[in-house]
Amino acid sequence: MSENDKYRIKQLSIFSENRPNRLGAVAKVLKEGKINILGFSIAEGAGYGVIRVLVDNPVTARDLLTKEGFVVKFTEVLAIQMQDTPGGLFDLTDQMKDINIEYGYGYRSPPYAVLIVRVEDIEKGIESLLAGGLRLLDNVNFH
Amino acid sequence: MSYWNPVEVMPVPELKALQLKQLKMLVYKLYTFSPFYRQKMKDAGVTPEDIQELDDVRKLPFMTKKDLRDGYPDKLFLASPREVVRYHASSGTTGKPTIVGYTQNDIESWSESVARGLVSAGVGTDDVLQVCYTYGLFSGGLGLHYGAEKVGAAVVPASTGNTERQIDLVRDLNVTVIASTPSYLLHMGEVAERMGVDIRKDTKLRLGILGAEPWSDKMRDRIYERLGIEAIDIYGTSELSGPLWCECSQQNGIHVWADITLIEVLDPNTGEPVPPGEKGELVVTMLLKEALPIVRYRTGDVTTMSEEVCACGRTHPRIGRIQGRVDDMIIVRGINVFPSQVEHSLMTNPEVGNEFQIVVDRQGALDTMMVKVELRPEAFGDRLFELDAIKARITHKLRDALNVGVTLEIVEPGSLPRFEGKAKRVVDKRSF
Repeated sequence: MSENDKYRIKQLSIFSENRPNRLGAVAKVLKEGKINILGFSIAEGAGYGVIRVLVDNPVTARDLLTKEGFVVKFTEVLAIQMQDTPGGLFDLTDQMKDINIEYGYGYRSPPYAVLIVRVEDIEKGIESLLAGGLRLLDNVNFH
Repeated sequence: MSYWNPVEVMPVPELKALQLKQLKMLVYKLYTFSPFYRQKMKDAGVTPEDIQELDDVRKLPFMTKKDLRDGYPDKLFLASPREVVRYHASSGTTGKPTIVGYTQNDIESWSESVARGLVSAGVGTDDVLQVCYTYGLFSGGLGLHYGAEKVGAAVVPASTGNTERQIDLVRDLNVTVIASTPSYLLHMGEVAERMGVDIRKDTKLRLGILGAEPWSDKMRDRIYERLGIEAIDIYGTSELSGPLWCECSQQNGIHVWADITLIEVLDPNTGEPVPPGEKGELVVTMLLKEALPIVRYRTGDVTTMSEEVCACGRTHPRIGRIQGRVDDMIIVRGINVFPSQVEHSLMTNPEVGNEFQIVVDRQGALDTMMVKVELRPEAFGDRLFELDAIKARITHKLRDALNVGVTLEIVEPGSLPRFEGKAKRVVDKRSF
């Protein structure tokens, strides 16, 4: 266990075919499991999509969704705190020049904002973000 | 009435006597010279002496697609390689094609069959006939070509593809007859319209010889309304020879030349003949074939049969339109597709499951085929580009295996219908 492992946030990635109200079906399972959604995004592929969700209780959420027949994977992402002011994202990207981001999405969490990213090499990503003076949310803090 | 060969109007008793003579000779020849057929007949307890009347054909064992496949490439051939003058091949269900060889006489009786049909449909020396079936291993193109040349029509061997050029040829060479799939003819009509070519006014096209896929009288009417072209139904199957028989200008059933072919229409379950006019499986015996003899071949095609003399005067039996298949084969853009082929191809991909569904539809005049398959949970890993790569690879393999354009849809596991007993893999949304 590395000291930095606490910054690895468990994101749920859910495969979704191109059929009406698949998002609704996912949301229903989470509601019934009393799972709180902290952030999410939908990515569109060729006739299917991936729903990516951050929740307060990822293991329970995965088990519930799997039981309902969804294809669910954990993916490790990073949650970077940024200033909720103009230029907040720029200040952050300035420290991330050498990091290869696969995808990202953000949400507002006053007084801050949070950027969620999947990076190519997560260990290296954590190190260089911390070295750059950025604040990462840890999984205790986050979930 | 004009006909190509006087045998077409031979009185029925004489015709049946001729047919019996041909059948006896065939059975004697196969029993004597063909190890495959001799063994089959021995297993069925039949000898040539048992064939004394036409109905005795029913004592002979059936032949299936599997026999042809197992005989790959030429185990069932009776002619020696030096007598063979041509090969054709049809796509197989397991990737292996079935090979049909032809002697000079085989080509001759095949062309004769097509020639008689074309003349009965009103094609003659004044006609220019454009063949829009594929030339090559597929027997459609060359089969029509030889028959049309035989009757003295000018043949335009356009084959398939490049629709705009096809339309230019129709207009510039004064093409009067076109041989294609019915859906392709309608597609040509649409393209012609976009090109500003009026098929009725700008071309001499008057007749279509249409087949290689299921169609209907409704489609015949639509072709006439839109393009002003009379449409004739033609039947053939690659295992027998490719295109063989077509309707005469009465458009009331397909004449099957009884001196060349003996047909039965049987209940596919019992193997017994169905009453005249009722649906059954078309079973074919080719009386004259030399290279690859065919006895009681189960085509899998469902049709009806009539032995009444046609209003045109021809005395040979007629079959109705093909009304479906006894197996689950589908025809997409003129290409035979068996769900088992799709299954074999999908099975080579660990990323997808065993359940699948084939959805066939028609957009405009052209068939579309979509295969739905379930993603295996182990293959999923958050990245979209990985999914896209899986999809592209499986699509490519399917196209290779089927020889027909196909789109793939990857769906969630458990979302396709499950079946107890025989799976229904095909959803056919086309209306013929």
